[in-house]
Amino acid sequence: MSRRFRLGLFALAGPGLAVVLLLGMHGLPAFGHFRGLYGVLANRLEPPLRHATDIVTALNFDLRAFDTLGEEFILFGSVSGVALLLRQLRDEHKDERNRDVADHRFADASDALRVTSLILIPLAFALGAYVVVHGQLTPGGGFQGGVVLAAGPIAILLAGRYFALKALAPAWALEALDSIGAGAYALIGLGGLIFASVYLQNFLPLGTPGKLLSAGTMPLNSLAVGIEVTGAFLLTWTEFLDQALIVERGAR
Amino acid sequence: MTALQLVALVLTALGGAAVVLTPDPLRQTLVLGIYGLVLTFLFFTFQAPDVALSEIVVCTVGLPLIILAALRKIRRQDRGREQDGEE
Repeated sequence: MSRRFRLGLFALAGPGLAVVLLLGMHGLPAFGHFRGLYGVLANRLEPPLRHATDIVTALNFDLRAFDTLGEEFILFGSVSGVALLLRQLRDEHKDERNRDVADHRFADASDALRVTSLILIPLAFALGAYVVVHGQLTPGGGFQGGVVLAAGPIAILLAGRYFALKALAPAWALEALDSIGAGAYALIGLGGLIFASVYLQNFLPLGTPGKLLSAGTMPLNSLAVGIEVTGAFLLTWTEFLDQALIVERGAR
Repeated sequence: MTALQLVALVLTALGGAAVVLTPDPLRQTLVLGIYGLVLTFLFFTFQAPDVALSEIVVCTVGLPLIILAALRKIRRQDRGREQDGEE
């Protein structure tokens, strides 16, 4: 397709799309005036019924806990797919003694960058852990905390120690985290089936609203998701970085 | 609509255009990271801190890291092919 042909096509389709969009938006409620009842009901029902103060987490792990189960396994499946696609092929080998990577000459890390990374690691761990365990109380939860937790070890890469990152988070451990987290969420659901005769039903004591251990199974769900997301993200990143830094073409 | 929300919407429109109009993939990745921060600000001003928290890591660390690794791999392969051609 030539540039002129594409521009001509856009000149025809663009105004059409604009007209349809404008017609569609004409009937929308005004800004900030949502007519649905769902949000209002969730806000009213969840705090007294489940003792959770963050309604988004309550939606994820209680009202729509089954959707979250699906999302868990979408993440699990896609990360498995990445690991499968980026596996070491027969005509490739791992250059573990790649001097560029070992000495970190590939990014020219300065001392200032190394010190900053060192400070970032504990901060990311602390923030990530906080966000995971306070999911039912304040904004955040398993997914959000999990990605922060996963970003912590990546600071080691910034500091120029990719092999140290690989030693701290070996592939088998990340695979285990990913699987254990996904499995734990499904098992917590099974607990609901056993103790409350409904899959994913809240079956633990609800506790005092606003306390760390409140809202029944929600903190456990949050922890399971947090573990899975940490493993999943780190596994994806290290698979990509392995390919970029140490996997070479040609059999050894 | 508050002034902050308006600023966030305008910045999002400008940022998205900036990402698309950046020609070099390496620079585009960095612009994309900054655009992620703009989106985080947008979600925060629209009272979605849960989404903002995910966005800040996914779009400023997660996605750029994967793209940068892929870019490096492609460059190394190109270099390898050039060397094969010379031999």
